[in-house]
Amino acid sequence: MPVEMRKDLFADERDDNLNEVGKPTQRQDMVGHVTGRSPFYDDHLFDGLCHIRCVRSPHHNARIRRIDTSAAEKMPGVLRVVTGADVPGNLNTLLSLRDFGLDDEPLLHTEHCNYRGAPVVAIIADTERQAREACAAVRVDYEVLPHVLDVEEAIAPRAPVVNPPYPDNLFVYHGKYNHQKLRFGDVEAGFAEADHVIEKRYQMSPIEQAPMETCGAIAAPETNNRFVCYTSTQGLFFSLGTAAKLLDVSSARLHFIGGTVGGGFGGKVDSLHEPLAILGTMLTGRPVKYQFDRAEEMQVGAPRGAERWYIKTGTMADGRIVAMQLKGYFDAGATTRLSSYAIVKCVGHLPGPYTIPHVYADVYCVYTNRTPATAMRGFGITGVDYSVESHLDVVAHELGLNPIEFRIMNAYRDGDMKAHRRVAKNCALIECCQVAAEKAGVKLAPHLQEMASMTGGGEGARGQIPNYTALDEHGRVEGFARQSYGGGDKATPMDEFIRPMPAPQPARPVEPARAPVPQPQPAATPVPSGATPRQPEPSLEPAGAPPPASPPDERRRSPRRFSSVSGMRRR
Amino acid sequence: MARKKPIQFVHNGSDKAVFVDEGENLLDVLRRGVGDLTPKYGCGQGTCGACTVIIDGAPRLACLTLAETIEGQSVETVAGLAGGQLSPVQEAFMAHFAAQCGYCTSGMLMSATALLRDNPRPTRDEVVEAISGNLCRCTGYEAIIAAVMTASGQQAA
Ligand code: FES
Ligand code: FES
Repeated sequence: MPVEMRKDLFADERDDNLNEVGKPTQRQDMVGHVTGRSPFYDDHLFDGLCHIRCVRSPHHNARIRRIDTSAAEKMPGVLRVVTGADVPGNLNTLLSLRDFGLDDEPLLHTEHCNYRGAPVVAIIADTERQAREACAAVRVDYEVLPHVLDVEEAIAPRAPVVNPPYPDNLFVYHGKYNHQKLRFGDVEAGFAEADHVIEKRYQMSPIEQAPMETCGAIAAPETNNRFVCYTSTQGLFFSLGTAAKLLDVSSARLHFIGGTVGGGFGGKVDSLHEPLAILGTMLTGRPVKYQFDRAEEMQVGAPRGAERWYIKTGTMADGRIVAMQLKGYFDAGATTRLSSYAIVKCVGHLPGPYTIPHVYADVYCVYTNRTPATAMRGFGITGVDYSVESHLDVVAHELGLNPIEFRIMNAYRDGDMKAHRRVAKNCALIECCQVAAEKAGVKLAPHLQEMASMTGGGEGARGQIPNYTALDEHGRVEGFARQSYGGGDKATPMDEFIRPMPAPQPARPVEPARAPVPQPQPAATPVPSGATPRQPEPSLEPAGAPPPASPPDERRRSPRRFSSVSGMRRR
Repeated sequence: MARKKPIQFVHNGSDKAVFVDEGENLLDVLRRGVGDLTPKYGCGQGTCGACTVIIDGAPRLACLTLAETIEGQSVETVAGLAGGQLSPVQEAFMAHFAAQCGYCTSGMLMSATALLRDNPRPTRDEVVEAISGNLCRCTGYEAIIAAVMTASGQQAA
């Protein structure tokens, strides 16, 4: 399809010595793609490769009473049955590598399954079919608990607790805030002066990234007591650090190879496969593959989470938006993964690319018994943009304005102060709207046709932080009670969404005891063939000191913080 | 010990003999048994087309083909397309940027190759029909259709 270069726009702003943009340049990986030789993670052959399949919870919310793997252990081809007790540090949150949030997700669930598809037992067998058959022989006795699948029901009083480290079903920021807040000017004053006040609710669905290559990883013993891991991950070092933490090994012992991803779209960052494949290799001494089948990719693979938005705008009869109030609920699913961070990005983006004098937003990261959500293209932005832009269409329609003109009128321009208190620069919305109007055959009013992003921005109040910004009903920008992991704060009034905690939490997380690091066993036939170099049998490493004794449930229950990248702190 | 079955077939023009498990699918046999990694696993249930190969001239899904059933037949994959130089379909895929992640590409190439052998000057609708069983999540369909049209010596648009 021909690309149209609109060099007339911002012509004097741009150095036009672009020597790549605007002309086709062949991708470096194209020959690999058209010859079928691009090395996806699964395109590495190993002799004696064995396979992992997982037993998964069929319930949205259930307590595990008993796991009986005795029949599965005796099934043909089964090399090892793995449960949470085999995982050295069986609790993690993805952003713990950046000290952001509490560990809230086990690699294999031991006591509680908070979403349908939560993995409980992993079986390593010679063939995939044998692993599947053995999975079918595992008996898990569940006590089914009430579940909640709606964000607002999840934060209503007496809702089932989805994610125990966060008993209010809300992520906690900085140890004390249960939402992200944006305040700019005084929306109530804005609504009072507005000619039209319109409020609507918007709801989007979770969206599966659905890459053609399902998520997976292959691990194998390597020399020098290391492990190689071929993976489909989009975040190689992120997955490396996560695996090092869950397995409690130095990241220097993990050799990750990736970079060829069969479609990611954000959904290949969750690092579920690498740790389990490596653990399988540690426990069996064999090369091990853990790959989602298509059904798992769709049911268990983390989607873009759904969002619900309530948006209220105050608009003048001439089309100027004077106030926008947003309340947003991100459905994180059962655990945090990356949703907490998506909201930070989202709030920095509000109220979209518009200059509005009064803006107010509260955005919540809510846990429900759905599949945990994760990143996807424009993560944190897409759902709210859909809602804001849908709302602007509704408002334009109700005011009898052309929706493109309505956007040009309110578009931000260079020099305008944005609601999160940064000056807008390199704006281009007006020009984009003008081109869209031209393509759509919409005749713009002459003054809108003449407007430009680089003129008139920042004039007067447009460029200023408002003199007055309204605070909460409690007189501060505040929102969470104590007893959170931040601990020490004084109790503060709870806002309307917060209900008392059912049980006191430990003021500070305790460092959990760890299961012993699994030692590689002498390999039966660990010799990879094909593209991978021949590898010697893994040697046993010294057993080391026994782990500190500590009741097992303390280990499972205590959220812990982990504050270094790639596990440096604990080496 | 599970009983293995010997099978013999022609793989990209050369004879191959392998032992397969009962019920094993051709995709696994090609990838693990023969070591031809060009057909891909996308679903294992016949919905995505990433595993498309040509069996005795017709495009087939390797994941749904029982390996035992190809005894004596000819199986072609992308590994056999380029004989010293790229085939016209491969060239056209390159020229039209008809691959992004590349995971669907092997299957697309085999569907397109089978079509053009049968029908050297297909209409656009026939091209669309021929690749309708091949999903591309990176949504390069237009580029792929253009590539197939070009490979048939016709105008891409
Ligand atoms: S893997 Fe065969 S159709 Fe998807
Ligand atoms: S190029 Fe990625 S699925 Fe088609």
